[in-house]
Amino acid sequence: MGKTLFDKVWDAHVVDTIENGPDVLYIDKHLIHEVTSPQAFNELKERGIPIARPDKIVATADHNTPTVNQHLPVKDELSRNQLKQLERNCKENNITLYGLGHKYNGIVHVMAPELGITQPGMTMVCGDSHTSTHGAFGAIAFGIGTSQVAQVFASQCLLMQKPKSLRVNVNGKLKKGVLPKDVILYIISKLGTNSGTGYFCEYAGNVFEEMSMEGRMTVCNMSIEMGARGGMIAPDQTTFEYVKGRKFSPTGEKLQEKIAYWKTLATDEDAVFDQEYSFDAEDIEPMVTYGTNPGMGIKITEKIPESNDKSFEKSLAYMNFSKGESLIGKPINYVFIGSCTNSRIEDFKVAANFVKGKQKASNVNAWLVPGSQQVAKQIKEEGLQEIFESAGFELRQPGCSACLAMNDDKIPEGEYCVSTSNRNFEGRQGQGARTILASPLVAAATAIEGQIIDVTKYVS
Amino acid sequence: MEKFVRLIDTAIPLSISNVDTDQIIPARFLKATDKKGFGENLFRDWRFEKDGSVNQKFVLNHPEYKGTILIAGDNFGCGSSREHAAWALVGYGFKVVISSFFADIFKGNALNNGLLPVQVSEKYLNFLLKEVEENPHTAIEICLEEQEIRVQGSHCSEKFEIDPYKKVCLLNGYDDIDFLLSKKDKIKKYEASL
Repeated sequence: MGKTLFDKVWDAHVVDTIENGPDVLYIDKHLIHEVTSPQAFNELKERGIPIARPDKIVATADHNTPTVNQHLPVKDELSRNQLKQLERNCKENNITLYGLGHKYNGIVHVMAPELGITQPGMTMVCGDSHTSTHGAFGAIAFGIGTSQVAQVFASQCLLMQKPKSLRVNVNGKLKKGVLPKDVILYIISKLGTNSGTGYFCEYAGNVFEEMSMEGRMTVCNMSIEMGARGGMIAPDQTTFEYVKGRKFSPTGEKLQEKIAYWKTLATDEDAVFDQEYSFDAEDIEPMVTYGTNPGMGIKITEKIPESNDKSFEKSLAYMNFSKGESLIGKPINYVFIGSCTNSRIEDFKVAANFVKGKQKASNVNAWLVPGSQQVAKQIKEEGLQEIFESAGFELRQPGCSACLAMNDDKIPEGEYCVSTSNRNFEGRQGQGARTILASPLVAAATAIEGQIIDVTKYVS
Repeated sequence: MEKFVRLIDTAIPLSISNVDTDQIIPARFLKATDKKGFGENLFRDWRFEKDGSVNQKFVLNHPEYKGTILIAGDNFGCGSSREHAAWALVGYGFKVVISSFFADIFKGNALNNGLLPVQVSEKYLNFLLKEVEENPHTAIEICLEEQEIRVQGSHCSEKFEIDPYKKVCLLNGYDDIDFLLSKKDKIKKYEASL
């Protein structure tokens, strides 16, 4: 029987197998940030265990950083302490850190791919569930807890039970105005938030083959929102072109060797998946969520479904929405374009394209938070900053920002926010805040109109 | 890590599905650099009103419910990988969480902190919730060795699954770091082959 993309990468990294137990999996790259690493550093220190391979670790500060005045000392004492601790831990252990203000600083899942740290065929982990993003390159990448961060520190390996395999196929032609974010929100709305639990997902079909690397990252990023530990897309010419020429990418002959290997990774034709789903691209439309988990999504033109389930009703009560209601015309006061899902240059280009020559509605606070310093630089150099600023949008400095609202970027209680992030959980963007997940296009259109509009009419 | 062998205790019924780790411990409490103190903020925004007063309607604040076992709805622990969620549950005093389904990362984090996730059938979960809601003094027994959960004084028991390796770890209080360090030679050999 043939092997899947996942099998090929996994098998190449198994150091040892425990009978009736997990595999010892070798980790090629370990990404860390300030929030989920300090307890792991402490644990090793307390037990007198050295960090096995500091050269395979890259650190950034992103979750708990301000998005204004990054050149000044961080105001919040606890946050400042957490950032200092990361600096100290990296220095003591010889770990590369792209801290606040560094030209390579950014959200871990934006900066690592753009620096060429992420490469096909790798195993990658980070104490963050959206590590699944890097699967866009055909890497096995997944989020881990802090105990596991400590395990990788100690051994450069992880004990992992091999997950089951799942493939999601989307074929056909996407409609105008349908973005990668809509594709993944659509998939999750159809399959639910726990359909992928216990599985590693592969996305296949011409829709993903034709997507840019940015789009593929958006899709793989949200794999965890259907419960899958990770999502992958077979590396192809688009992947190789993206990787080529980046700071940490291989060059010359080494690159050619690597590409030859990466080309062998695609799933064999006779491989069998434990679970497989297929969707038609034509059925997908711009999406919005109406509830408090990412599976509660509808096409922007649809109405909120009817259900008497207790948790469903609790969710609608939190959102202050009613069954059978349409979201079109809902007044919105906050728009957030950012997060590891949608803060890459392509996302800002889509938004700028819509915004150009228009003015944001006066009721709207529109926050744009680039995923990295490099994206911020591109926004400036490519003239997008001017478009956004003259439309009244607020361009902030890179970081996770209002996606999880650990810093001051919080949505006030009771307010709706149309957000390009990945989670609409209760209180995710601030206590009592109500999140509506959407693509950068829907977010930009909402900012201009001050309400949710049917973008399908606009783009056609 | 603390050992887990057997537990007999009363339980708290939280019959909500898709409880994500942002509810278990909101992000604004993740600024600490050690593992202590998260129990105070467990389910913070459900336990307390915005002004800091106690939300009497939330089950953890019902005086009749006590115990170190939490019974929760389907898909418990979904969302963020934050291990702070497991630390918060352990910090509050929980030793076992029962659900009909757990999110992957949460399950691993719980096991790495001596908190036993017991996955039962939907039918058994509903039975447990009903028993405990009707009689808060209902004692539940969990035996890890036999991988069995039962309501004391009844014949209603169910077997549960656990990774055999993790079972040994919990029964003995071992953790994965000890195990991985014992594989050092094999890891070195693998690295040399790269």
